[in-house]
Amino acid sequence: MAIHVPRQWIPYLKVLVHLAALYPLIDLYYAAFSDQLGGDPVEAVIHFTGIGALNLLLISLLISPLAKRFKLNFLMQFRRMIGLYAFAYALCHMLNFLFFEVQFNLQLFIEEVFERPYITVGMSAFLLLTALAVTSITKLRRKMKSRWQILHNCIYLVALLVVIHFYWSVKSEIIEPLIYFAMYAALMMFRHEKLRGWVEKITSR
Amino acid sequence: MIIKTTSSSDCKEHDVTDEKVYQQRRELIKKMGFLGAGSLLSSSAGAGILDIFSDETTPTPLFSQKNLNYIAANGSAEELTPEGKITGHNNFYEFGVEKQQPAELSQSFKVDPWTLKISGEVENPLTLGYDDLYSSFDLEERIYRLRCVEAWSMVVPWIGFSLADLVKKAKPTSRAKYLVFETLYDPAQMPGQRSRRLGGGIDYPYVEGLRIDEAMNPLALMSVGLYGKTLPPQNGAPIRLVVPWKYGFKSIKSIVGIKFVERQPSTTWNLLAANEYGFYANVNPAVDHPRWSQASERRITTGGIFAQNRIPTMPFNGYGEQVADIYSGMNLRKYY
Repeated sequence: MAIHVPRQWIPYLKVLVHLAALYPLIDLYYAAFSDQLGGDPVEAVIHFTGIGALNLLLISLLISPLAKRFKLNFLMQFRRMIGLYAFAYALCHMLNFLFFEVQFNLQLFIEEVFERPYITVGMSAFLLLTALAVTSITKLRRKMKSRWQILHNCIYLVALLVVIHFYWSVKSEIIEPLIYFAMYAALMMFRHEKLRGWVEKITSR
Repeated sequence: MIIKTTSSSDCKEHDVTDEKVYQQRRELIKKMGFLGAGSLLSSSAGAGILDIFSDETTPTPLFSQKNLNYIAANGSAEELTPEGKITGHNNFYEFGVEKQQPAELSQSFKVDPWTLKISGEVENPLTLGYDDLYSSFDLEERIYRLRCVEAWSMVVPWIGFSLADLVKKAKPTSRAKYLVFETLYDPAQMPGQRSRRLGGGIDYPYVEGLRIDEAMNPLALMSVGLYGKTLPPQNGAPIRLVVPWKYGFKSIKSIVGIKFVERQPSTTWNLLAANEYGFYANVNPAVDHPRWSQASERRITTGGIFAQNRIPTMPFNGYGEQVADIYSGMNLRKYY
C-alpha cells in the first residue's frame, strides 16, 4: 500500500511537524515561568523534556522501517527534522538540569555528571547526539562520505543509553522504563539483519 | 518567673512575618487557593485542544477540610511554602507515583470513620476513632522544614500533637524498643495499591519505624492538619507522622496502626533498596544518596521556575540541637 503524497504538500506537512514539536515546549515553559506547573516546576520541565526527547528519538527510528514496509518514501524527508527535535528536547533537558536543578553551580554539575552513573550515561548519549546533530548538515554529510553513515549508526547506541538513563533514574516505578525498553527492542528487531551483519563482521575478524 | 530558653533553630524577631501580613494570612491563602485552582483550569484547557478523544470530564468535588482549633505558632524563620504547592506536590504512591497524582486521585478518600490502633508492648493499648484524633490531645501549630530524599524541600505549618504524648498515654513496657507505623491498606480506595504501575511497585501496606527514643523526642509530631485545617488526603489524612530531622519518606501518612515492638522493624523503602534508604534516614548532607547528592536542596516556595532556590542542606535538617544527642556515638555513615 503505497501512499502517494504530492510533492507540494511536503512543506505544509513540515510546518505541521514543527508546530507539533514546538507547541508543547512553548506551553511547558510558559507554564513553568508563570508558576502554573504544579509544586515543582523544575522536576516537571526536566521530566517533560527528557521523555519528549526519548519519544522523538523513537519516532525518528520508526520512520525508516515504516517507509520501507509500507512504501511511504515521503516519510524519509521528515527523519532529519524529527531527529533534530529529539536533540533540541535533549538540549533543553540538559540545560534545565544545569540552569534550574543545580542552578549554574558548575562544580556540582560536573560532580553529578561524573559521580552519578545514570547522569554519566545520559550525558554520553547527549554528547553523541550532539555529534549527530552537528553532522546532519548536508554539506558535512557529503564531505564525510561513507564515514557519515558509520557515525550516524550511533543513533542505536544513543537510544539504548537514553533508555538505560531513564530506567536508572527512577526510584521504584520501573514499569514505564520497561515499556520503553520493549519499544526500543521492537525497533531494533526491524533492523535485525543489519545488526546481525555487524556482529558477524566483528566476530569474523 | 518565666525562663525563656532559645535554640539556634528558633525564629529570630526579624524573621517573623510582618503582623499585617500575618493578620491577612487566611485571605492570602484563599487567594492562593484561587490562583492554584485557576492554574489547574488553564492547564486542562491547554490540554483540551489536543484531547479530542477524551470523555467529558466532570470535576471531582474536592475533599472537604474542616477548620481546626489549635495554638498558633508565632511566625516562621523561613518563607512558608504556599498551601497550593504543599497540597499539589506529593509523594504518596498509594495514589500514584507522579507528584500531581495524589491530589487528583485522592479527593474521594473516606477518613471518617477511622481507626488508629496503638498496640504491642504497651500497658495501655488504645484505639482512637476519627473524632479522638482531634480531641484527645491539645493541638498546636508547628512550622517545620520538610526535606525530601529527592533533594527538594518545603516549609510547612503543620497542626498536631507530640508523638511523645501518645507514647506516654500508651505506657510502653520495658520491652518496647521500636515503634512500627502502618498506612491504611485499602486497594478499593487507593489506586496505587491496586496497580503496580500506579503504585510504583511497592509492596503495601507502607510501613515505617522509629526507635523509641526518637519517638519520644519533642519534635516528633502526629499531624492532623496543615494551614489551619484538617489534612487533605494527599498529605496523609486524617493522621500522619512528621519527623522533621529525617527524610520525608519516614513521615508516614494515613496511619491506622502503631505497634510497639522489641526489634527493629523492616520498613518499606529500606526493603525496596537497602543501599539507598536506611532505617534511620536522618537528613545528612555528608552522606549522598548513591544516585544523587544530598549536600544541597531546592526549596519550593512561591514563584515560577526561577524562584526555586538551591540552598545547602543542614545536618538533621537544621534540628541537630534538638536531636543530635539521640545518635551520639553512632556512625551515621553506616547507619544512614
